[in-house]
Amino acid sequence: MSATVAMASGPRAYGRRYWVFAVPAALVVLLVILFPWIFTIFMSVHDWKVSGDTPYVGFANYAKMLHDQRFIGAVWRTLIFTAASVIAPLVLGVWAAVCFSSNFRGRGLARTLFVLPMMATPVAISLVWTMMFHPQLGVLNYLLTSIGLPPSTWVYDGSTVIPTLVMVETWQWTPLVMLIVLGGIASLPTDPYEAAVLDGASAWQMFRHITLPLVMPFIMVAAVIRIIDALKTFDTIYVITLGGPGSASETVNILLYQTAFAYYDLGYGSAMVVVFFILILLISMLLLRLRQREDLR
Amino acid sequence: MKRTPLGQIGLYFSVIVLVSPAVLFFLWMLSLSLKNELDNTAWPPVFIPNPPTFDNFIDVFAKNDFLTYTINSVIVSFSATGLAILFGVPAGYGIAKAKATKAAALILIARVTPGLSYLIPLFLLFQWLGLIGTLVPLVITHLVITVPIVVWIMIGFFEGLPGELEEAALVDGATIWQAFLYVAMPLARPGITVATILAFIFSWNNFIFGVVLAGRATRTLPVAVYNVLTFEQISWGPLAAAALIVTAPVLLLTLLMQKEIVAGLTAGGVKGG
Repeated sequence: MSATVAMASGPRAYGRRYWVFAVPAALVVLLVILFPWIFTIFMSVHDWKVSGDTPYVGFANYAKMLHDQRFIGAVWRTLIFTAASVIAPLVLGVWAAVCFSSNFRGRGLARTLFVLPMMATPVAISLVWTMMFHPQLGVLNYLLTSIGLPPSTWVYDGSTVIPTLVMVETWQWTPLVMLIVLGGIASLPTDPYEAAVLDGASAWQMFRHITLPLVMPFIMVAAVIRIIDALKTFDTIYVITLGGPGSASETVNILLYQTAFAYYDLGYGSAMVVVFFILILLISMLLLRLRQREDLR
Repeated sequence: MKRTPLGQIGLYFSVIVLVSPAVLFFLWMLSLSLKNELDNTAWPPVFIPNPPTFDNFIDVFAKNDFLTYTINSVIVSFSATGLAILFGVPAGYGIAKAKATKAAALILIARVTPGLSYLIPLFLLFQWLGLIGTLVPLVITHLVITVPIVVWIMIGFFEGLPGELEEAALVDGATIWQAFLYVAMPLARPGITVATILAFIFSWNNFIFGVVLAGRATRTLPVAVYNVLTFEQISWGPLAAAALIVTAPVLLLTLLMQKEIVAGLTAGGVKGG
């Protein structure tokens, strides 16, 4: 009897009851994700220092941002850093994915070694990079001069610090792009390639006209993930430069940290968090929308 | 596809160009940690330690309380990963079964939010509760990293499992809890392994929560290593040794479990913090 009822109503009827499974995790999410969000918005409309009164100030914190040259500078720096740290890993990551999708001896080991930078502890690798960037004793300047190039100032000069940090970011996160695109290439059908080979297409033509269009959705996913991560970059910049020299590498995330935990201006810091989050959300939604438009075409 | 000899050379050349920045970097890290101070600041640089010395590693443990920090890191990462499995695996199951895509999107918000944005309110909360200076705030904040990773990977995994076995169990009179515990869970063991490894690694690597919430005695390893930098600007040997101590477990885990890790990362595009 009960068996027929269960069969007749099907698994869908159980749908609701499965919510129970998510209750503990939902409580955790409520405590560590939702509560902070609501409280951040609440703090952002108050003048909130660590001690003393916390008067309501309306949108004063937000208005302050519009005229805060330091904040505006940080936004621009973040956007430039992000653009470069998305494009370079995407190009290299697609190249790497194409290489790792072909069969060669030692592929497994090569792929694992290639993935190591993104798994390694960011603080640890940042320390080693810092030592390598040393202008007098660093190994990188030794390598540059030994092949006849002039030494670089790396992170010790305002004009080279952002490109240098982009290099670190690229070194660290190209593997993630590679893995996502590699997953895409693995799912491709083989017949277009067989037809192309019969027609005498070159390897580049096959990449340009078959592989690239077919893995485009995966490249877009990688791009969105990369944008979000690049905007959020903290560990490497904090350890290597702390936003310096001067404020030449002070991104929004670093300024946010300084405002909240060095100057203890929690109200203003919270307002920055809200604006920063909206910025991240807008950019990622814009990209997803662009993708959907491509699909419709 | 058959490649021309020229194409074959091009492929090997590409692979060498792509892999060598990673390999040379970690070899240089090892080299720095095994050389004495004289060789580390020599010009031209000494590449191969001769003879290699372990003094830097001994130095790190002698001068800093690295043993305490290691224990802190182990407690925080194991607790945060264990709790995330406890909460996250059933949640992944529930969301996959109820086909609750909206709930899944909520998890993605956690992926998008910068770690710093949780810290201001949580910092105040822990201060009010008098928990600053204990490991509790660290374990709780690390859940921000580990729970979404576990839930996200498990949703994908449970969606990929055939539902017939559980339905058969339900028809035979099992409750949904029994179907989950005795039918779905054993099948999901590979997925749980992947989720555990990734959650652990990203919790272990986390720096930002520790910087804000840890006191002198509750530092995790990444925070402790950063402090070695601020105090020993010029002594590169101990600095490299400390960096290696922190990241060695993660590197070894990646080398040993590369298949699981690659599968998990490809599925989720996961990263913590």
